[in-house]
Amino acid sequence: MLDAAAIANDTSFMLSRIQFAANISFHILFPTINIALCWILLFFKVRFNQTQDESWLRVYRFWVRIFALTFAIGVVSGITMSFQFGTNWPGYMETVGNIAGPLLGYEVLTAFFLEASFLSIMLFGMDRVSNRVHTMATVLVSFGTTLSAFWILSLDSWMQTPAGFEMIDGVAHVTSWVEVIFNPSMPYRLMHMLLASGLTSAFLIAGISAYRLLKGDNKKSVKQALNFAVVLAALLIPLQIFVGDLHGLNTFKHQPAKVAAMEGVWETDSGIPLLLFALPDEKKRENSFEVKVPNVASLILTHDANGEIQGLNDFVDEHPPVAPVFFSFRIMIGIGVLMLLFSWLATYQFVIKKRYPTWLLKTGIAMTFSGWLATLAGWYVTEIGRQPYLVTGILRTKDAVTTTPPEDIALSLTLYAVIYGFLLIAYIRTLFVMANRAVILEASNTSLTGKELVSDVNNQVTTNEGVAK
Amino acid sequence: MNVTSVDWLPIVFVGLMGLSFLIYAILDGYDLGVGVLLPLDNQQQRDSMIYSIGPFWDANETWLVMAIGLLLIAFPKAHSVIFQALYLPTALMLAGLILRGVSFDFRTKAPSTDKKKWDYAFKFGSLLATLTQGYMLGRYITSFEDSWLSIGFSALSAICVTAGYCFIGAAWLVMKTEGELQRRAAKWAKLTNLLMAVGILAVCLTNLLIDQQIMDKWLGGMQVLILIPITLLLGFTFITVHLYLDKVPMENDLGCWFPFLAAIILFIMCFCGLAYSFYPYIVPLKMTIFDAASARESLWFIFVGAAVVLPMIIGYTIFSYKVFWGKTTKLNY
Repeated sequence: MLDAAAIANDTSFMLSRIQFAANISFHILFPTINIALCWILLFFKVRFNQTQDESWLRVYRFWVRIFALTFAIGVVSGITMSFQFGTNWPGYMETVGNIAGPLLGYEVLTAFFLEASFLSIMLFGMDRVSNRVHTMATVLVSFGTTLSAFWILSLDSWMQTPAGFEMIDGVAHVTSWVEVIFNPSMPYRLMHMLLASGLTSAFLIAGISAYRLLKGDNKKSVKQALNFAVVLAALLIPLQIFVGDLHGLNTFKHQPAKVAAMEGVWETDSGIPLLLFALPDEKKRENSFEVKVPNVASLILTHDANGEIQGLNDFVDEHPPVAPVFFSFRIMIGIGVLMLLFSWLATYQFVIKKRYPTWLLKTGIAMTFSGWLATLAGWYVTEIGRQPYLVTGILRTKDAVTTTPPEDIALSLTLYAVIYGFLLIAYIRTLFVMANRAVILEASNTSLTGKELVSDVNNQVTTNEGVAK
Repeated sequence: MNVTSVDWLPIVFVGLMGLSFLIYAILDGYDLGVGVLLPLDNQQQRDSMIYSIGPFWDANETWLVMAIGLLLIAFPKAHSVIFQALYLPTALMLAGLILRGVSFDFRTKAPSTDKKKWDYAFKFGSLLATLTQGYMLGRYITSFEDSWLSIGFSALSAICVTAGYCFIGAAWLVMKTEGELQRRAAKWAKLTNLLMAVGILAVCLTNLLIDQQIMDKWLGGMQVLILIPITLLLGFTFITVHLYLDKVPMENDLGCWFPFLAAIILFIMCFCGLAYSFYPYIVPLKMTIFDAASARESLWFIFVGAAVVLPMIIGYTIFSYKVFWGKTTKLNY
């Protein structure tokens, strides 16, 4: 009997983990686009206000529709997230609810309502409110999405590097809200994620615009969007590499076991090499097929070629599963390098030389969703890297799980997996359907100039650019 | 925690949470109802109906996150008990909410041949959400008992809640639309008004019979006198709405807002009835709000924020409704 119960419990645990991972992985795709896309839309709008160049408005109109679709999926998958805590991880709120609760609460209060209310004015209100109010609504939605990221990343960072609390009878109680909110890893994680969002949007815009260009869409707005996106990416990627490095150093200081898994270091040693590739084996506690560059890992992490790095063997039973963290980290870095190469080359070709070679456009299309992959890989590093803890040092993941029978969780997991798989395909397909539709749009609609005409004629432009005829 | 007298913070929070659930039921109620009512035989009417809720559904749904969030923040123990007990219905409700939420956007953006399929997803997603919400309410009222009686009652509740949402949805359409669709909506409203009346009666009786404690609360003393004005107001609202709906549209569309107002009144009364029955329990007859409350300093921190931000939320919600005031027109980006 006991054994059966233990097995059921273990199964519930694994299924709950998979379900949470599936939910959060799906959800994060959409905010990752929208946090930055909203500010980018604001930029398009302001450029139009300043120049009265209707190409900017075209770009705005095309992308605001994608923003709306992305937002809807983000909202509904986010609602699912808010239920997961209670349904699958009751121990989480019971132990750290005093901290997680208010942070989540502030996200709902200050960000969700702001976004949701002004989104409708931003989307549908263009002919109902003045241009100024409309621009203001766009600012507020952008501000709301970023604020939402601020709160949730604050909470996530607190789970990584908890601070500003004391434990009383096994329950966390706050001693300083400032220390809770601005916990040690929070500023780095927030910056890293905001930049990731910028890059994800930039590559999405670049990819879809390159696709339209290749399909023969010669409207000025397409090149405008493409050029804007590659320049944005070219500017953000070096910043991201810099911030990523700082984030890594911060993790090295506060979560050495995670860094040891990222670097595949088993034994504490000095002068640790950087592993370009290896197969970590957790049973034998060693790597095979190592491809390494001597001393570089020590150099990066300690700024000293002979610096000491703590190995995983110092954290037996306290370190994360090594292989997923190790590989996710390499995938993230690999995509980052590709992003750097592409964005700089594309800026040189498209913007400086004013050339649009087919192979480079095709590369851009191939990289449309590279931001998604890098972001997911990065999150896997940080979240799997936190295991076996849910809240570092305070609560183990397995101690927080529900007692719900595994059959029920298997059922709900299947349900979510089917819906999410289906929606992901529908989303990607729809993006290209919208792009194709925009290509077909006749160039004759580009004759609007006067400001008075703007709202009227634009509605036609939009209708043509987006809605099915 | 040193509780000397009754701590007022849990009371404030249960009030805020209750208010959020009520606002959710009214606001998302009408847009869910509109979704359930979506006619499969008329594309144009479907378009108009969806335009009528387009600018609002997103903010409406946020009230659910708010209500669930407050339950989670202020009463984490109750949140755990309730959502572990309602595990599968919750998953189904979420599936419904996901389907309908995304359909709203996909229907105009996906290939036009798929539009009707997304409309189906919108309708059945909405229906799944309203049925599961009603079912969950029923399970909650019967303290998650695993008896056939409880499950039967929950099934009844699923139908009643769906009828209620359809009623407020139809009333919304009477207010926001014109012509053929408005007349059709009035017919829907009349039917669902009746269904809802029957449902409320059934739920009230069951609620009384379920537990001696609740029976005493309503019938045990002078309170029984409150029942008289309540019954009168309920009856009056049902009948006048019924009579009004027969005459829709009146000249100059006089009083097109009346059914919607009536629906709000009915929702508020049902809500107050339930709240009165169960207070101070947060898990009916098992756990009180004081047993389940979070630490005082955490409640206090969020209370300060809520006191500042809630008036702002209500302010810009009103602003948004004003921007989209009047009869529905086509939505353009």
